This record gives sequence, structure tokens and C-alpha cells, in this order.
Amino acid sequence: MYKNKDRYLSIILISPSILAVLIFVYGFVAWSMRVSVSAWKGLNPDYTFVKLNNYLGLFSDPRFHVDVRNTLIFTGVFVIGSILLGFILAVMLDQGLKGEGFFRSLFLFPMAISYIVTGVVWRWLMNPATGDRLSGLNLLFSQLNLDFLINKWYTTEGWGIAAIALAAIWQMSGYTMAIYLAGLRGIPAELREAARIDGATEIQMYRYIILPLLAPVSLSALIILGHMSLKVFDLIIAVAGKQLPLDVPAIYMWQTTFDGLFYGRGAAIGILLLISVAILIIPYIRYTLKAEGSS
Amino acid sequence: MIKFRIGKKWLYIPLVAMAIFYLIPLYIMLITGFKSFAEVDLKTMWNLPQGIHFDNFIEAFSKLAPSLGNSFLMVIPSALISSMLGSLNGFILAKWKFRGSDVIFPLILFGMFIPYQSILIPLVQFMRMIGFTGLFGLSLAHIIYGIPITTLTFRNYYASLPQELLEAAKMDGADMLGIYRLILLPISIPSFVVVLIWQFTSAWNDFLFAVVLTGNRSWPITVALNNMAGSQIIAWNVQMAGSFLAALPTLLVYIFLGRYFLRGLLAGSLKG
Repeated sequence: MYKNKDRYLSIILISPSILAVLIFVYGFVAWSMRVSVSAWKGLNPDYTFVKLNNYLGLFSDPRFHVDVRNTLIFTGVFVIGSILLGFILAVMLDQGLKGEGFFRSLFLFPMAISYIVTGVVWRWLMNPATGDRLSGLNLLFSQLNLDFLINKWYTTEGWGIAAIALAAIWQMSGYTMAIYLAGLRGIPAELREAARIDGATEIQMYRYIILPLLAPVSLSALIILGHMSLKVFDLIIAVAGKQLPLDVPAIYMWQTTFDGLFYGRGAAIGILLLISVAILIIPYIRYTLKAEGSS
Repeated sequence: MIKFRIGKKWLYIPLVAMAIFYLIPLYIMLITGFKSFAEVDLKTMWNLPQGIHFDNFIEAFSKLAPSLGNSFLMVIPSALISSMLGSLNGFILAKWKFRGSDVIFPLILFGMFIPYQSILIPLVQFMRMIGFTGLFGLSLAHIIYGIPITTLTFRNYYASLPQELLEAAKMDGADMLGIYRLILLPISIPSFVVVLIWQFTSAWNDFLFAVVLTGNRSWPITVALNNMAGSQIIAWNVQMAGSFLAALPTLLVYIFLGRYFLRGLLAGSLKG
């Protein structure tokens, strides 16, 4: 009896949260799906069913093609850059140097800052102006006689988005460093000793022992960073505002919905983003919970 | 071994180089902020200021003060409430499982990864429908979309506690709420710190919800700063000082509570 009372109480206490998540996540996703197959364009909701027209419209829309290309470039540069840099930093910090804590905090602090702040500062650092108006990093390169490094940053034709990814690497590589460092710390010292005794060089040890052991960490980093790049939005807005060469699905969604009032198309972009994220994340959640259950 | 030790010193060269890379944006924000209006020039942007001046900070603060206030007003209740809910949920999902709780947990978790573009239109419609506009609606959104991460962190923490701890209290006649209040809550303080600063940081740094849910009187700092940066009238030096002001609260939290920040990061390695 006593037990039953507690059981009901626990369900009563948790249900507001469950209800809120059900409505605000699943209910709203369903609602968005409904909007994405509607003709809604304008201030007043219009739920006339138009089949998959909004989606088909996007697939043949040149602007959406730019978005997909930009997302792919951004993801590639950002994910590979953050993982490589984070891993290298973690390996260096794992050598037991003095001042490790200081460097670790330093590499991680950008994570505490908003993409908007990062974006506003990098917008001036990556100022593409030339000649007399040279400024930001380009000016620094010129003062250091590194003129070959001067470039057009986010205004580089076709590849401007890669410059935005650099700012994102600055912001997020500390995160990959932190999870790699935690992973490295979890590898027993005996394993490394054993490898050294067997005559393995440091490089061989990383290649054949450490990297395979860190595979789960790399997978997490890949998925977390990958799904972040699908959602990238604030950073681009803060660096460059809304401009076509740097367009991504999240910006297109925002603009077409709230500036263009084309709700049907906006919702379709939202749902396409959701599907791409779900493909990455659902297996990840299952894998993580299963690994936890078996340990 | 020894050979490798000697080699280690050389690691400071790349480490210091990387440290410089990470500090560049901070350096430029600070030196620009402390320059007088007369010294500000894009051509000398890398030079140190001649003396300390507060012109830029005062100018930026006078423009951003209302939105800094809005941010605090919105972030503090959001962080507190979603942490409380997360703790309660985490306790129930870890220690008071009911039928279906193993299905509910992953369903809640997925909520922290969804791209918010996929719920944005209904969110705005819904908030307008029930009349929750401005800061109040924004806080509510942060509380609800914060539930997954706070629940995850607390559930993982509570799941790591031995069951015997609860059994002993049960023997003494404590009921569920008693166990939560008298045993779990007091030892959850570090987890609360982790979750609170995590929620504080993410709500403070949010832009997407803020830009669709607030109007110009209720803009939090991210929206106000972005608009300031987008306007042609406000000089870049004031933008830099403004960026620093916008970053300061979360930076201070990071500097003083960085340990907890890192722990939150690793605890929620399931985090987007």
C-alpha cells in the first residue's frame, strides 16, 4: 500500500515534465509536419493539403542546393578540424607537463561564449577589405610579413563557408580536446608500458593501441559535432548576416518563414533538418544507452 | 624514456602557439575596448591602447544595459526551474522506475538534439495563442527544452549512487519524497552547480529562440548585440566592447566554476 502511494506519486511528479516534452517536442514536430504539407503562405494559417509539393519545391530550388553544398563544406571542415585539433591538443596535454590545467582551461573557454559574440569578433578579424582598408588578421599577416596568408575569408567565392567553420573550430575544439583527454586518462598506464617494453615506438603505440581504444570517443565527437553543423545558424548570422553565398538550411528556414511568410516551405526545411539529425542521433542514443546497460 | 622526457619541453612551443590562437579574439576585444575614441583606427587595431579608457565600454553599456537586464531576468528563473525539474525527473527515472520509464528516458533525451527549426513555427504560434510573449515565453521555452539535458545529468548521477543508500532510509520509514529531500537533495549540490551553470550558459547564449520570441523591448543580450553589429551607425570598437560585455557573465562563471563546467560537459557527453 505504502509502495503504491509512492509509485503514484512518482508518476504524478514526473508527468508535467513528460507532458511538456511530449507537447513541445513531439507535438510540435507533428504540427510542423502538418504545416510542411500545407499551402500556408502569408500571415493567416492555411492548412490546405498540398502533398509533398513544398519538399519537391526545395529539391529543385537552386538556393537549397547552395545550402546543401555549404552544409557539406562546413561539416567537413568543422568536424575534421575540431577532431584533429582537439586530439593533438589532448595528446600534448596528456604528457604530464607543468601548467597543464592552465592550457586546458584556456583551450576550453571559448565554449562558454555565445556564437553571436564569437561571430561579431571574428567578423572583424576576418575582415576581407583590401588595400588601404586592410584590417583584422589580414593586417596582422601583412605586419608579420606573412602576406601569402592574406585571403578573402568568408567572401572567398564558393568556399566562404569554410572561413566560418574556422571560427566554429576556435569555439568547439576545446570540447573535443576535453573528451579526448578524458578518454586518454581512462587508458591504463600498464597498457602503454607493455607496448613500450614490446619495443613499440610512440607513434606505433598511438596508431595501434591508443587510437583504437579511443574509437568510441571519436564516434561521439563525430556525431555531436556533425549534428551541430547541420544546425549552424547564429555564427553565420553574426559574422555575415543573411547572404546567399553563406546560406544554410537553418537561415533559409528562418528567412522564408519569418521574412517571407512562406510557412509551408519553412516547415519543410525544418523537417528535413530533423530527419538528417535523427539519422545521426537515434542510433547514437540507442548505442549509448545499451553500452550503459551492459556495463 | 629519458630521451622522450627531454623532448617534452619542445611541446611548449606548439602549446603556446595554440594558446595565442585561442586568445586572439579576447585580446582584440579587450584592447579595443580600452582604447580612447581618438585612438580607434582599423589600421592600428593590433596595437596596445595608450592608457586605459572606458569610452567604448560606457558607450556599449549605455546601449546594451536594458538587454543585459532582460537576459538576467530570463536566464535565472529558467536555469533554476529546469534544474529542479531535472533533479526530480532524474531521481524518479534512476531510482523509482515505473512501467515504461525505460521507454520514456530515450524519448526525453532525443529532445535535446532536435534542430529547433523543426519546432519553431508551432512554438511561435503556440506562444502567441496562449499570450506568452516576450521574456516570459522565452523563459518557458528554455525551461522546457532544458528538461532533457538536466534530466540526463541528474539521472546519470543518481544512477551511480548505491541502492543501499535508499534501502536504509526506507527501513527507517522514509517515503519517496522523504528520501529525495533528506538524502538525495543534500548530496546533489555539486550536480546542481553543474546543471545550473550549464543551463545559465546555454540560455544566456541562445539566439534562435530569443530572436523569434522577443520584441525590441524584451531583447536579450545576444539579439541586441547582433543588431548592434548589423547596424552601420555603431562603430566596430563599440561592437567589440559590447561583445566583451555580453561574454562577461558566462566568462566569469567559467573562470570561477570552470571545474564544474568541464564536469557538466563530460557528464552530458550526450550533448548538442
